[in-house]
Amino acid sequence: MADTHSVIGTKNKKGQTFTDTWKMMNEAPRTPSFYTGSEVIKEALRRASCDVMIAYPITPQSEAAALIGELFAEGYIGDYFRGESEFAVMSQCAGAAFGGARVFTTTAGPGTMRAMENFPMWSGARLPIQMIVTCRGINSPLSIQPDTLEIAYLLNTGMLVWHAETAQDFFDWILKGYMVSEEPDVHLPLALCCDGFFVTHTKDVVNLTPADMCLPPYDPYRSPVPCMDMECPPVRMMRDPFVMKSNYISYATHASWQQEVWAAVERSRKHTIKWINGLIETENTDAEVLIVSSGTAVSQGREAIRLLEDEGIRCGLVKIKSLRPWPGEEIREATKNAKHIIVPEFNVTGWLAKEIKATIPNSDRVNAGPRVCGGMTMPPEIIVSEIKNLLGMRTMSLAGRGS
Amino acid sequence: MTQYRVLPGPEHFLPPSAASMGICLPNPGEAHINGVIVPEEKAYEEAAKQFLMAKVPTLFPGPLVLWAWNEKAAKKATAIRHLYNTLKECVQPGQTPMLIPMPDYRPKYPKINPEVEINPNHPNLTIWHNKIDCCMFIGVHCHQANLSLKIIRGGTSCYTIAMCAQAGHEDAMLSFRDASVEKIMRLADTVKRLKGTVTPRLTSAKNGA
Repeated sequence: MADTHSVIGTKNKKGQTFTDTWKMMNEAPRTPSFYTGSEVIKEALRRASCDVMIAYPITPQSEAAALIGELFAEGYIGDYFRGESEFAVMSQCAGAAFGGARVFTTTAGPGTMRAMENFPMWSGARLPIQMIVTCRGINSPLSIQPDTLEIAYLLNTGMLVWHAETAQDFFDWILKGYMVSEEPDVHLPLALCCDGFFVTHTKDVVNLTPADMCLPPYDPYRSPVPCMDMECPPVRMMRDPFVMKSNYISYATHASWQQEVWAAVERSRKHTIKWINGLIETENTDAEVLIVSSGTAVSQGREAIRLLEDEGIRCGLVKIKSLRPWPGEEIREATKNAKHIIVPEFNVTGWLAKEIKATIPNSDRVNAGPRVCGGMTMPPEIIVSEIKNLLGMRTMSLAGRGS
Repeated sequence: MTQYRVLPGPEHFLPPSAASMGICLPNPGEAHINGVIVPEEKAYEEAAKQFLMAKVPTLFPGPLVLWAWNEKAAKKATAIRHLYNTLKECVQPGQTPMLIPMPDYRPKYPKINPEVEINPNHPNLTIWHNKIDCCMFIGVHCHQANLSLKIIRGGTSCYTIAMCAQAGHEDAMLSFRDASVEKIMRLADTVKRLKGTVTPRLTSAKNGA
């Protein structure tokens, strides 16, 4: 039987030292490095004591998946292979996790959608798989450009869903994510999302932990469900599911099962707060105007705030880091003084604004936009323009070039 | 701070999970009673009182302690047997302690034999059939324990206790965490110490109905 604590201080086959994760992430020296987001995913995985990574190419995560293949060749990953499709990959991830492995995969856009059936299955089976989602357009006509619509589909799968703003978030949260999702009272998959290309393909300075330190291995004996056992739920449930039995108690059991998945999402709250230092980050929440967003829309919001300051307009910021668990209390508290809540998003439907409207009192304070999609960039000026319009100030149109 | 309390049922056609109602799990060294975090010492007293008050106090050992898959499991099983024997020694005439295993988690149809086992998919059958009014889960995987605890709270009036080896169970009315041989033995000692100080509810028991 594995004992996570007993391996701390010992070395793995690559000479890395299994290190207490809190010390590794919060106390170990960091080295500034200039990397793309994809390279950062590789560097995080180098330190993650990952047993299995399963890959399938789809832009913009293909580079990260290929780079992790190099890690496998170097001996840092237990096993690595390419699945036949995203659906196959996610099913294979389930198989590996059922068997007690720490599992990692990456996907994007149509790949996420193709594999969607697996995600509630992962949650229901309490498999703490980590999946990187480098968001891109999902609809026809084809787009490989940044677009966060796919996140909306993940929100009700029972997975933990975090939305990284920067490559630094990505590096830290990949490693910390395992600590949250592998807690026995949580034990759920994590969709760690970022906005494709903006994060994956741009270079940024990222402070890395020492490469000779790695996470302690996953201990499957702490799982809230048995490891692979063809006679017990959740495996038996999948070939002999409750839904096939038409009686009250089988329905009630399935209902209780679903509730337990969402109870686990709730339980993840305290662990998530501990590891990523709160579900949200805030700046100047006493301001009358607040930008509330997630992902790289937060970065654009920061720049808009700087532009507004130049004009003497004070604006606060709420960065939502975790979408599941949803930071309802935190958002209510952070927005209690705001008269105008601006929610910039990189998707057509404005799913984040809807979530916020459903959370706070006086939801007509929420301005659902500006929004761009299909790979468009979001110039900070359009956020500035939106805010100035709300404040009744004159603003130049950014739509045309003729005025 | 939630006002919700985890109390004996029958609570609802489909009771909510306690976590969704804002009940949090205890930290190491703590337990919870009805969803309120308490020092672990207090939980030993309350659990022992509930056992001694019950008409049919029952232990439900699960797969993690029913098989000697490691040394720790075997020692826990011995401690659970000791707790059961202690209950038998300490109860009064008319009280009937039981030890009913949850050997596995397979959905069993059309129904289980509730005299010989409990199943997480329809635990209420075992509660109802044996008129169990206080029970403790131990050695059951957390997910299956929570399924059972929620269904029991929904449809029966049984008082539920969890002796969890991990982080505890908010769906039980009382939960320990980080269960060990020492904790099981300490609970048995507390039962022994409180013997004769608690009045059994022999006439007023709803018998789990």
